[in-house]
Amino acid sequence: MRYIEPHAHMVSRVTDDYRAMTLAGCAAVCEPAFWAGFDRSAAAGFYDYFRQLTEHEPQRAAKFGLPHFSWLCINPKESEDVALAREVIALIPQFLERPNVLGIGEIGLNKNSRNELQVLEMHVDLAARHQQLILVHTPHLEDKLKGTRLILDVLRADARIRPERCLIDHVEEHTVKMVLDAGFWGGMTLYPETKCTAARAVDMIEQYSGERLWMNSACDWGVSVPLAIPLAALELRRRGHGAEAIDRLIYQNPVRFLSQCSKFKLPKEPMASA
Amino acid sequence: MNRRELLDLYYLEARAKLIDVAAFLDRLERAEGASDFRLTAFTQALTQLGRSQEPRVVRVLASLSDPTTEPIPAATTKAACGAWPGKS
Ligand SMILES: [Zn+2]
Repeated sequence: MRYIEPHAHMVSRVTDDYRAMTLAGCAAVCEPAFWAGFDRSAAAGFYDYFRQLTEHEPQRAAKFGLPHFSWLCINPKESEDVALAREVIALIPQFLERPNVLGIGEIGLNKNSRNELQVLEMHVDLAARHQQLILVHTPHLEDKLKGTRLILDVLRADARIRPERCLIDHVEEHTVKMVLDAGFWGGMTLYPETKCTAARAVDMIEQYSGERLWMNSACDWGVSVPLAIPLAALELRRRGHGAEAIDRLIYQNPVRFLSQCSKFKLPKEPMASA
Repeated sequence: MNRRELLDLYYLEARAKLIDVAAFLDRLERAEGASDFRLTAFTQALTQLGRSQEPRVVRVLASLSDPTTEPIPAATTKAACGAWPGKS
């Protein structure tokens, strides 16, 4: 089995996780910029974080022969401070040409505040000006439904944004339809308690064809499971899905979306299925 | 998969979760002190388990969601709690 982990915060994970993921068939890992669990005190903290995502982390992954890609932004959880966000966003263009950077993400909303919305619009503008792919974080729990609607409104209001180049992550049953109907990609996050179980992800795949869906573990410093995708593949198998259908979901789909960035290239796979 | 196969696959797991919910509600009832909006929201969400046009899971998720449409003036916390406290 081969799979892509399209959303993992590896800076928060131990090296053993890289080993376990590679052993389980991971062929590439993609790391969106996110909140460290505490607020960084200045834009310089983000500069170092972007270096970590574009220099250091790819080297850690390379020890296991695992290609590592990243997405850059200031996370919605730190977007209440618009002045700080403006400074951080000004840092991003110098990193966009780096070989492992796929686009702008994970941007979006957290508590659905006016400032968060303003910073989201700044990020969308940045992505549009630099023709970048967009990875969107939708809010948690009670804030998700409203936040997803607000985010889709922002993206649809900008004529430069093409929905097929945006992935709306952390969809659940009450948001997946509006995301797919509007032409965007949807990401299902297999995260215990607060997001989606493997069984529910399979339900959504069965109901929405899975054409523009991917799954991710979003593993980070919280309670999360770096092997969530292979475990979901097992769930798909228990539900009667064949090897080709599983490969399409956990490998070919992410490759199809991510390949819209020319920098997303995988080494020729000796074990690739014929 | 047909209904029988799905029951074979998920019945025991769903049964265990159902019993957990029952025990959770009993635990809350035995405890002292004030409850809050989360229990109200949870109890209301339980009423969404009956059959209707829209899927139960969508109705449960929606009933636990903020139903408003305007952005809030400012984020005063980063966390979500899983139920909407309502206009306060
Ligand atoms: Zn994330």
